[in-house]
Amino acid sequence: MIDALGSIGSLLLVGGTSDIAVATARRYLAERSARIVLAARDTPRRAAVADELRALGGQVEVVDFDADGPASPTRMVADATAGGDIDVAVVAFGQLGDAERLRTDAAAVAGLARVNYVAPTVVGTELANRMRAQGHGVIVALSSVAGERPRASNYVYGSTKAGMDAFYSGLGDSLAGTGVSVLVVRPGFVRSKMTAGLPDVPLSTTPEAVAEAIVAGVRSGRHTIWVPGAMRWVMSGLRHTPRAIFRRLPF
Amino acid sequence: MRSADDAAALLAARSSRGVLARGLARSYGDAAQSAGADVLDMTGADRVLAVDLARSEIEVEAGISLDRLMSLFVPLGLFVPVTPGTRYVTVGGAIAADIHGKNHHRAGTFSEHVRWLDLLVADGTVRRVGPRQDADLFWTTAGGMGLTGVILRARIAMTPIESARLVVDTDRTPDLDALLTLLAETDDEYDYSVAWVDCVATGRRMGRSVLTRGRFARRKELPARRQADPLRYSAAVRVSAPDVFPRGLLNRATVAAFNEVWYRKAPVRRRDELQTVPAFFHPLDGVGSWNRIYGPRGFVQYQFVVPFGQEEALRKALVRISSSGTASFLAVLKRFGQGNPGPLSFPTSGWTLALDIPVGGAALAGLLDGLDELVAGADGRIYLAKDSRAHPEVLARMYPELDRFRAVRHRVDPEGVFTSDLARRLSL
Repeated sequence: MIDALGSIGSLLLVGGTSDIAVATARRYLAERSARIVLAARDTPRRAAVADELRALGGQVEVVDFDADGPASPTRMVADATAGGDIDVAVVAFGQLGDAERLRTDAAAVAGLARVNYVAPTVVGTELANRMRAQGHGVIVALSSVAGERPRASNYVYGSTKAGMDAFYSGLGDSLAGTGVSVLVVRPGFVRSKMTAGLPDVPLSTTPEAVAEAIVAGVRSGRHTIWVPGAMRWVMSGLRHTPRAIFRRLPF
Repeated sequence: MRSADDAAALLAARSSRGVLARGLARSYGDAAQSAGADVLDMTGADRVLAVDLARSEIEVEAGISLDRLMSLFVPLGLFVPVTPGTRYVTVGGAIAADIHGKNHHRAGTFSEHVRWLDLLVADGTVRRVGPRQDADLFWTTAGGMGLTGVILRARIAMTPIESARLVVDTDRTPDLDALLTLLAETDDEYDYSVAWVDCVATGRRMGRSVLTRGRFARRKELPARRQADPLRYSAAVRVSAPDVFPRGLLNRATVAAFNEVWYRKAPVRRRDELQTVPAFFHPLDGVGSWNRIYGPRGFVQYQFVVPFGQEEALRKALVRISSSGTASFLAVLKRFGQGNPGPLSFPTSGWTLALDIPVGGAALAGLLDGLDELVAGADGRIYLAKDSRAHPEVLARMYPELDRFRAVRHRVDPEGVFTSDLARRLSL
């Protein structure tokens, strides 16, 4: 349970090898030791992350999770909570996809929708069930500003994030009064392994900055945060930009 | 719930997250909370069942408050054997937290005045336990934070008094050394004793304090006009704090100013002042919702004890607190007497310091973790009824008899039906 000073006892990272998930674990471990459950595919990277977090003082467990496997989320949540309550669960998995291919390849679109929208909603539902029963917990959902107003350059990715963002925002409202809450995180462009090779853009951020914002957001009980914070006002402006202009913006 | 039958029915119909009894929920931490579980509000079971004036003993239901006991029994010349700094705790809570008061150095804890108690255990049966009836289960329940079962009833030995006033001596000491010396030399002359310590003052003035000690007045010590009705007692809440205090109101500057005034207004030495029970024992109870002055983020309490001979650890703790930039005010220092057999009972002979600290800076968690290490290293411990942030590893070092507690708890509750957020957080 999150204690009186906002320190956590346990952290579940769904998509446990994502840069933001790992940065969040590092950030929490810098404060205090905690139980950390890594839910991810069984890869060398998962083992390396587990070793790194153990070296930082975490009591690390690993649990198999494949965002593209239909039965995987249910089993993952059961496995992750077998060892005790989960205080904070970070839903951090997702793919960017190849925007060029997604323009024409319907199978690729369906695949991205499964990983970025269907799987997060299943995971969110299972987590909410479990946390409702334990009577406490915070679900942190990694959305994206790309979901606030999808752009021509990556509208498939943007639409999946719009869907998962809507799901978690609504889930958070439905959980009011249960002791469970949801924090929706909308980062701008994050320089990470997911975006490696892409050109940098203004107001881009880092996994470490997102982790810092997540820890602060959980501690202060926020429901939606933007990283960097200025993104909130930028996106608010863009949402109200006339379409003819929005379409011509150079990004 | 209003009766033992209600409690048994709720226990039988429990969810998988377990059951926990709650009194007036004045624990500062998560002792009376259990997320997802069934929590029994015991305050409806508050009857007095029997009174034995010849022996000064009473039998009560566990949900009755010390406030009510004082209203009922002070006029009859009986005072509760032990009272903490608030009257708004129940008898069940007083036993479960094994509370102490200003008279610990003479009278021990509340549970040491309990003749027996009735405990509803996990299998639905009620067991009467006491110092001579299943003493293991009795002492595990005393200070057991509600984790052995539901305390339903208890028989308590009260303290006979001749009047409802106290004869109080006040001494102001310029620093910690002077305070400890004064306490070590003359504390045993007083029934009740406590010192307020300035935890903001640093350097030479570190640990400056106001020590108040007293005993109940005998009837003939009262002024003539009061001798006709020496046991007259009233305890009203005079004012309430409104819900408007902003966060950060209690900062280092305001607390330092408050402490300066508090210290300066205290007499250097005053003898034989008559005080009322509320003024002497429960000054904060006179202000309803006083906790609101801490603003929406609230505060944490930190109370520890270190054995005699570990004065250096006490001094180090004070230095760390006073130099940390936190704004603890009204820190309270007391000299404890002997401990009791309860494996999780907090008081042991030594020095105890209790602090209120506003929740604020990110450094607070680290400061308190560091104090935990210091206290554990000095063979000391922290008080579970006040804790809301400690770690299981350090707690096990502070309570070496934790395994004995677990063994008895396992005997009466093998499935861990009775649990709390505190128990889960600290792996009790």
